[in-house]
Amino acid sequence: MTGWTTHQGRAVALPLENVDTDQLIPARFMSAPRSAGYGGFLLHDLRRDGEALRPEFPLNQPQAQGASVLVARRNFGGGSSREAAVYALVDAGFRVVIAPSFGDIFSGNAVNNGLLPARVPEAEVERLLAACPTELVVDLEGLTIAGAGEEIGFSLDPVWRQKLINGWDDIDLTASHKAAIAAYAEDRRARAPWVWPKV
Amino acid sequence: MGSGDCAHDGRGGVKTLFDRLWDDHVIVTRDDGAALLWVDRHYVHEGSHHGFRAISARGSAVAQPALTVGVADHYVPTRERQAIADPDIARMVATLGDNAAAHGIRLFGLDNPAQGIVHVVGPEQGLTLPGMLVVCGDSHTSTHGALGAYGFGIGATEVAHVLATQTIWQKKPARMRITFTGKAGPGVGAKDMALAWIARLGTDGARGHAVEYAGDAVRALGVAGRLTLCNLSIEGGARCGMVAPDQVTFDWLRGRPFAPADFDAACEGWAQLATGSDAVFDREVTIDMAEVAPIVTWGTSPEDALPISATLPDPAREADPARAARIAQALDYMGLMPGRPLESVMVDQVFIGSCTNARIEDLRAAAAVLAGRQARVPGMVSPGSSLVKAQAEAEGLDRIFIDAGLDWVGSGCSMCVGMNGDLVAPGKRCASSTNRNFRGRQGPGARTHLMSPAMVAAAAVMGHLADVRPLLEGRL
Repeated sequence: MTGWTTHQGRAVALPLENVDTDQLIPARFMSAPRSAGYGGFLLHDLRRDGEALRPEFPLNQPQAQGASVLVARRNFGGGSSREAAVYALVDAGFRVVIAPSFGDIFSGNAVNNGLLPARVPEAEVERLLAACPTELVVDLEGLTIAGAGEEIGFSLDPVWRQKLINGWDDIDLTASHKAAIAAYAEDRRARAPWVWPKV
Repeated sequence: MGSGDCAHDGRGGVKTLFDRLWDDHVIVTRDDGAALLWVDRHYVHEGSHHGFRAISARGSAVAQPALTVGVADHYVPTRERQAIADPDIARMVATLGDNAAAHGIRLFGLDNPAQGIVHVVGPEQGLTLPGMLVVCGDSHTSTHGALGAYGFGIGATEVAHVLATQTIWQKKPARMRITFTGKAGPGVGAKDMALAWIARLGTDGARGHAVEYAGDAVRALGVAGRLTLCNLSIEGGARCGMVAPDQVTFDWLRGRPFAPADFDAACEGWAQLATGSDAVFDREVTIDMAEVAPIVTWGTSPEDALPISATLPDPAREADPARAARIAQALDYMGLMPGRPLESVMVDQVFIGSCTNARIEDLRAAAAVLAGRQARVPGMVSPGSSLVKAQAEAEGLDRIFIDAGLDWVGSGCSMCVGMNGDLVAPGKRCASSTNRNFRGRQGPGARTHLMSPAMVAAAAVMGHLADVRPLLEGRL
């Protein structure tokens, strides 16, 4: 994963609450290998009537093409732990989602794939929704979103901010704690031998 | 137990149960607050293939194969299980088997008599025990907290990390206690308790929090009810849910295949896993059981839940335009008229199953309603595990379901998530004992109403959403 500090791109409005992971990618697509690309699965059933695209759906409109910032209402990405929901957004070209709140597991998955879940107060999200489509500049260093004639702040866990900026890989980070993990494991086995089930 | 514990008797200290579990698993804490936690139990399923592929790409091995357990559940067929017809599904099930074999991981595959849904099988086998940190690439891993464990769902990148290191990075969530006071009325159970708090607080109401369930009504629940309650924690946005272990927990675990050899000694330690009387939570919520009736969902989010005696919401009566719009959208998707009584809503089919409500106690509760009665609509009963299925058959519950006109099928995630092809057809309405009424959850265009297994049985008997209580008269 490569890190980033600023992102400039077109924002598109998805003025819905509770856009859950089952909307982001219906379960039936999740057996596909990632190499196939998950972008076409994004919001698959909301975007279509049967197989035909619904022209009025925000992501189907011409001005949404090439958008990389998604603005939505509260509890975006609630529900399942499927990282495929993030793959679908990333493979469709999104780098930032702006919403008043996010599902916890979704947020962690997003950060692990370089996708920023930017928390912005409801009133400001409503203003952004009204201004979309619009060009926005998102700055991870300053935690700001500029565009549509104003600059607003966003909230992000500082651990996640560092991870997005540095493009850290957790497995590499954890390798430096190998000795501590081994010591813990030995102690754990002494205290709770049942953690290691009999063969 | 963890060091630095100032409790004398396990109840007089300042730590919450969650604090104890957290402290007990911290390997290192970084300056920025992120902690590296030890994982005692990692469950994997067919959907974990992304994680296995990631470690293979790095050339990493599974750090602790003995602590990793595979269960085939998400994609497994519930009928004709010997030869899987769909090649994609066959490949998903085979890939889990291949990964388990390649890495030396214990597998509860389709051919195992104890196969079932991971959140049913783990506790049932005694592979989840009090004091453990449990993860799985599935959001309903919160279920395992019912035994006094810290269980939470993780994504594929984290699955790869746990496979490679047996650890996970976490920021400590805030602490929240939900206390249920009083006594559950007849026909009211753990599902209703869960939907009651989610309806009150919203699907993001407990976001960022570790929830401990407490109070007399929680203590009165058996382990099955506690598993249901903790299972649904994620539907209220909680990171995890838990119940402090007690004698009910220990009695339930004794004799399980993977329970500790020296069980009594282990129980002595586990009995210390409790919240100190002086402990402070970041948030406290109290729910009086006198206010909890049998509940059904009407919309497309678990927070859209109302007592069965209520009427459907009317967007015209909502002051907040955003909320009015959301209600209108949900009613439109669900094909419902505002203001009509919930009991007037006709159903097309029923489903009893899932990690939420398919344990033997759930099947008994549904059978108590269905015994000697006919279902007016078709439906399916998928036990939580193959052992639950065998137990139900030994008790004759399968005959009750079959005689009522319902299909009795094999165990798996089945129609809760529809990955195995068990789907609700577009536009059809299903009364379901599952956990998510999201649009399309049970299949494209499917309309799901969540409720307890007993309430699903009532809907089957009446052909519409119905209050189970009159049907239980003389039967409890």
